[in-house]
Amino acid sequence: MSTVEKTAPAVSARASGRAIPVSLVLLALASVLMLVDMYLIFMWAPTEAVMGHVQRIFYIHVPMAWLAFTAFGLVFIGSVMYLWKRDTKWDNLASSAAEIGVVFTSLVLITGPIWAKPVWGIWWTWDARLTTTLVLWLIYVGYLMLRAYSPNRSQAALYSAVVGVVGFIDVPIVYFAVNWWRTQHQRLVIGSGTIEGSLHSDMRVTLYFSLLAFSFLFAYLLWQRMSTRRMEDELRAARYQVERETRR
Amino acid sequence: MTALVRPALVLAWKDVMLELRSRDVLISSLVFALLTVVVFNFALDIEARTVDALAPGVLWVAFAFAGVLAMSRAFVIEKDKGSLDGLLLCPVSRDSLYFGKMLSLFLFMAVIEALLLPAFIILFDYSAFTWEMGVAMGLATLGFAIVGTLFSAIAVNTRSREIMLPVLFFPVVAPLIIGAVEVSTGAVGDVVGAMGAGRWLQLMAVFDVVFLFVCPWVFGLVMEE
Amino acid sequence: MNGTSPTYAIKVQGLVKGFGEYPVLNGLDLTLDWGRRLTIFGANGSGKTTLLRLLSTQYRPDGGKIWVGGIERGQSPAAIRGMIGVVAHSPMIYEDLTCEENLRFFGRIFGLKGLGPRIDQVLGQVGLRQRADQRARTLSHGMQKRLAIARAILHDPPILLLDEPESGLDAEALEGLRNVIIGGAERSRTVVMATHNVEVGLAWADEVAVLGDGRIVYRAERHEVNEAHLRGAYLRRVEVAA
Repeated sequence: MSTVEKTAPAVSARASGRAIPVSLVLLALASVLMLVDMYLIFMWAPTEAVMGHVQRIFYIHVPMAWLAFTAFGLVFIGSVMYLWKRDTKWDNLASSAAEIGVVFTSLVLITGPIWAKPVWGIWWTWDARLTTTLVLWLIYVGYLMLRAYSPNRSQAALYSAVVGVVGFIDVPIVYFAVNWWRTQHQRLVIGSGTIEGSLHSDMRVTLYFSLLAFSFLFAYLLWQRMSTRRMEDELRAARYQVERETRR
Repeated sequence: MTALVRPALVLAWKDVMLELRSRDVLISSLVFALLTVVVFNFALDIEARTVDALAPGVLWVAFAFAGVLAMSRAFVIEKDKGSLDGLLLCPVSRDSLYFGKMLSLFLFMAVIEALLLPAFIILFDYSAFTWEMGVAMGLATLGFAIVGTLFSAIAVNTRSREIMLPVLFFPVVAPLIIGAVEVSTGAVGDVVGAMGAGRWLQLMAVFDVVFLFVCPWVFGLVMEE
Repeated sequence: MNGTSPTYAIKVQGLVKGFGEYPVLNGLDLTLDWGRRLTIFGANGSGKTTLLRLLSTQYRPDGGKIWVGGIERGQSPAAIRGMIGVVAHSPMIYEDLTCEENLRFFGRIFGLKGLGPRIDQVLGQVGLRQRADQRARTLSHGMQKRLAIARAILHDPPILLLDEPESGLDAEALEGLRNVIIGGAERSRTVVMATHNVEVGLAWADEVAVLGDGRIVYRAERHEVNEAHLRGAYLRRVEVAA
């Protein structure tokens, strides 16, 4: 909660323009890297022998999956720190990371079937990684719903921090459970597991570059989302100030 | 230790006494579980040759949904007349509150399961109950109670509390449901897998131990507002 | 009792509390000596309930410090709860239990001995002795409030925190409440009462305060109260020179 004293320095930082260049820098880097990345993915990388052009989704699907999991790691850190320090900035981190994480996870869940159908003939398989990703998605959609349905901001922050902690601790257990479950029933294990080991060096370069590009995109989105939240807090504090003054 | 245990027991006993008066939670959960089983029977058309494979899944879906119903009611009554606030004003630690609620929830779910199991065995002509399945039932129910107490305490404070609890609860307890069904299916003996029942029971026990530490701690933070 | 505030029943310093939008309490200071009765007036939304919930440990402060009964809130909230009795908007009782069973439950949680006679005594004080074996659900709202008061004094706390306790009470129950607060027989309690009702609030108090803009904007001994100033502060929530 911004008290009167906390508002002033934040506003002046904005005014001095110190906060702005970071987002511009990230945007510029992210844009350039993504453009180069698109070129690499669609023009430069060699076509996979068996799967053909569809395989290029792999360069989007995999980095997004890695970043989605990173996002939820950030949610965990933000949640733990918020529970400890009760400083809004940690809640901003957790909630922003959760939103972006849900978006990235949704895209992983969408690009997965798009890739799987032409290649393996099925939209979905309940293999360990896909299923864990789906459960993760459900947990963090629950996180966002909880924030939306909480009676006020501070309770939203507190409750969702709890879910952020519990959810993150739960995910490894879910993974083991689903993994054993699928091994027991010997279902088809699809996905990049079978691919990553046998990557052509050009493909590996493309993959890592793609990871870099998406990382900057992620960083930019996170920074923007957190800035917006911070500005909303400042606006609220300023409005309260104005209301107090006019009441006198 | 007694400072922790005694108030928890008093609290759990109060819940039991209230439940014996109104029989609210037990009847609605039991009826709901029975309905679930019947509907599944229609939906899946379970017959003699498939029953051993499908029946455990049906049973655990019924347990899980009935459990969610029980836990949502557990905290709604506290919220109604503000008695949760009354509890929060007692000179007891939040851990005692948590364990008291968890204990009564566990008892209610255990009773529901104990009543449901014979009905289930009869309806499905199911004959493959083993001790491993019993242990799995205990571990899963304990896990449900541990996680459910925390999440229902949170959900009761939100709008749309009926949907918030299942949304939060089910993804988190997925490993327990998988484990319980696997042990129950494995108990049949026909499916020979690399994982024996023992491994699954260990996983469920790990789940319970981990969350037995995590949940009371965050519960305290939630209640201190 | 720690050395910082051996004489104050309640001490609050720089209290800040908000719910995410803006701070409801913003740097509130307050002290109250043992055995004194303070009435806090304040418009709706001024933070009276929030202040009482902070004192009762139901809320955690965002900033500032609270000492109740000499115990700092951060150190041992459970110990504070043993020293206070709270009457709030909702009765905080179990409807399917009888009056006697309700009190017995809370008594056991509080770890009280000799519950039987004690329960009978407090039920007598609030005028519910005849209804001891009636389920709380069958009681009228006013009677449930009486039961809530009984629950609050069951463990004979030295400090009472009351949030609009007079609402919903008939004349007889009001008299009973007055006896509980102004006491005499048992002991002199320290009382903090939040209310809208200026008449009752003034009549039962030793000291008076008005909450506005997240702080105490008016504070006076009852015999010094300038009614015009009081209403001014209450209605306009402005700082008033004493």
